Amino acid sequence: MSDHTHDIQKEVKGYLVVGISLLGLTLITVAVSYLHLNLTGAIIVALCVATIKGSLVACYFMHLISEQRLIYIVLVMTVIFFAGMMGLIVSGQKDHLFGTTMLQTETAPVNGAHH
Amino acid sequence: MSLSVPYLTKTRADTGLYNAKMGIWLFLASEVMLFGALFSSYVVLRVGSSNWPLGSTILSVPIGTFNTFVLITSSMTMVFAWASLKMKDLKKFKLYLGLTILLALTFLVVKAFEYNAKFSHDLFPRTSTYMAIYFTLTGLHAIHVIGGIIVNSYFWGPGSKLWFSNPEQFTNRIEVAGLYWHFVDLVWIFLFPVLYLL
Repeated sequence: MSDHTHDIQKEVKGYLVVGISLLGLTLITVAVSYLHLNLTGAIIVALCVATIKGSLVACYFMHLISEQRLIYIVLVMTVIFFAGMMGLIVSGQKDHLFGTTMLQTETAPVNGAHH
Repeated sequence: MSLSVPYLTKTRADTGLYNAKMGIWLFLASEVMLFGALFSSYVVLRVGSSNWPLGSTILSVPIGTFNTFVLITSSMTMVFAWASLKMKDLKKFKLYLGLTILLALTFLVVKAFEYNAKFSHDLFPRTSTYMAIYFTLTGLHAIHVIGGIIVNSYFWGPGSKLWFSNPEQFTNRIEVAGLYWHFVDLVWIFLFPVLYLL
């Protein structure tokens, strides 16, 4: 067996470990949601676990862990633009005429659970 | 005179990448902005709403969890398909890519049942802000899944002929298709908790 094939087989084992970890983390996210934490706690836990899962996918399945410098530059730029866009859109929420009150969006209650 | 596209397999000296890989990463960067704009809209709508429902009271968490498992498993089979080509095993490649396509179809069928259940209970995008953003985000994601199925099916079928004339280029194509597919999985990893659990 060539060294190259041996290396790939080792990588495949790594992918399997990452995949199983992702499935495990999904179960953790769901289990935590049944603990009925307060909204802030639930958001923090859910987004932290999702970020860990996303990082595992990006680093191992998408090979970011051993990628060329140019890809990192592209990604850093993307993160900057993404954060800027999100910041501008979300800060727009506070942008209303002085002396007026914010208009609340009404979300009609939805009847029935687990359709 | 025949023209050939350069850097299909060889890496460029300046970027250290073959062209398709550079291209797919730039495309994925634009996709981050597309989904990012919708996620930002979700935040604005949710923060500005006086009455936002808990996702789990409207959507089925077990079904969402099942679909998350399906998509993560499809990401695993996709990377196994690429690794099979690296080990010069076309048969295994076809098996793993075939599984990836089947899992993607399973995801869509489950999603279709979910949509149908909502419609049969008179829950449409117009019903509420929550339903509007739910259908927009999951609908756009489903379109991406369909795109992935089309590309992967081509490489599983007629596109796989390239393996016999230029195996390195074919392996690169699968790597690029894989990068796209993993991105689709990555988006769902964030959509699932945001829409179903919070």
